[in-house]
Amino acid sequence: MFDSVLIANRGEIARRIIRTARRMGIRSIAVYSDADEGLPYVSEADEAVHLGPSAPAQSYLDAALLLDAARKTGAAAVHPGYGFLAESARFASAVSAAGLTWIGPSPDAIDRMGDKIRARNLMAAAGVPVAPGSSSPVADADAAVAEAERIGYPVMVKAAAGGGGIGMSAAYDDDELRKAFDTARTRAERFFGSPEILLERYLSRARHVEVQILGLADGRVLALGERDCSVQRRHQKVAEETPSPGISPELRAEMLAAAVRAGEAVGYRGAGTVECLVDAGEGTFVFLEMNTRLQVEHPVTELVTGIDLVEQQFLIAAGEPVSFDPSAPVAPHGHAIELRVYAEDPKRFLPSPGKISVWEEPSGPGVRVDSGYAAGTTVTPFYDPLLAKLCTYGATREEALERARLAVAAFRVEGPKTNLPFHAELLGNAEFVSGDYDTGLVSRMRQP
Amino acid sequence: MAEVRAEMVANVWKVLVSEGDHVDDGDTLVILESMKMEIPVLAEDVGTVTKLHVAEGDVVQEDDLIAEIG
Repeated sequence: MFDSVLIANRGEIARRIIRTARRMGIRSIAVYSDADEGLPYVSEADEAVHLGPSAPAQSYLDAALLLDAARKTGAAAVHPGYGFLAESARFASAVSAAGLTWIGPSPDAIDRMGDKIRARNLMAAAGVPVAPGSSSPVADADAAVAEAERIGYPVMVKAAAGGGGIGMSAAYDDDELRKAFDTARTRAERFFGSPEILLERYLSRARHVEVQILGLADGRVLALGERDCSVQRRHQKVAEETPSPGISPELRAEMLAAAVRAGEAVGYRGAGTVECLVDAGEGTFVFLEMNTRLQVEHPVTELVTGIDLVEQQFLIAAGEPVSFDPSAPVAPHGHAIELRVYAEDPKRFLPSPGKISVWEEPSGPGVRVDSGYAAGTTVTPFYDPLLAKLCTYGATREEALERARLAVAAFRVEGPKTNLPFHAELLGNAEFVSGDYDTGLVSRMRQP
Repeated sequence: MAEVRAEMVANVWKVLVSEGDHVDDGDTLVILESMKMEIPVLAEDVGTVTKLHVAEGDVVQEDDLIAEIG
């Protein structure tokens, strides 16, 4: 096992990685921008290196600065967290070329899965179901209209190199499609540096269910259960739970097997997530995309399996066996839910940066909080609005939800507006509580 | 005279109007960016942009004046 790790990230995920590194006796090195100097992860790491100004391009996205920090501190490995450079094949290669251990899949696997069009084609070839959609980039709005004719409306318009729901929109006719195409192209160039666009058949009442996979150092690929991520606003997740209350044991088994095939098709190593859309009425699913990194919502899987996913990432990257018996099927116990606490107003979900004057986290049996902030720290406009992940566990879904209600009520944040009142509302919403909900839930909750 | 102010701390990504432009209710004046989200700032009245207080790349604080419409 390597003796030190540089965490090329910030906030709650840097703190999460530091926690496991410390338990394993690995020296942790944090990096930070001007804006993040006062955050807890910076003081909790064994060492911290100032990268530069607050803009991501001049700090967390600057590979040369990160590698320089690793060299200066003698780091042996680099953990990218999620977002920023976590899915950059070029950064992964540069880390390896500098003689450091990259904690993630090979640059080749990142590359093959990072482009949504290539990934779709690859998955179809591996026998994983995909939605009707583009097998090559759509050149312009006219080509998009012709493509939609073939696929059938409604269609989803997406950036091939995209993620995080940015630039994505659904179109129900030619006019909407032309608009959606232009928006998607502008954002694709701006946020992802590639103008390539694809179309896919849009399922309006679908569930978003993903499978956690783990590619072992010996080449085996395991599936560690699923997460239901259907509570979304602006195509971004707000709450997740496992097991999914909306799939049958047969469908679950099919999805887990398909996710393993997906991982095997790219020789996947480390933690990854195969995202799918499920038509619960039909009992069918299609591949959506693969995230070649640790997922934001990984804690719910940890809560029901008892497996520390960051620990497995470290072990696999070091070429060692995982900490549990991979030949015995992983049997999840109980139910877990994650609520993403965002700095945003709970009605319109608009960002609300600001200085935090009060920060009191809930605690108690079955409560886990992964947070990036504390009282006296400031939420700046430079990064995503995630303040904390409030997770609860229970023997049953009812118990997990009840613990979540109490925990939301006990979580006190003053300063920036937060979406905690939204979560209280969600946990009392009949559709959500029934378990029979889909990705349209939040828009229905906000219909005038 | 209507004052258009920022609802939150943000970076000014795009300025879509110039001083002297005629705007209708609901026209986008500027697009702010905060926490990886683009936030269009709209005119809430018909009129002429008499003064623009921001340029692309500026940082605005909550309640800062963005534009005046007369």
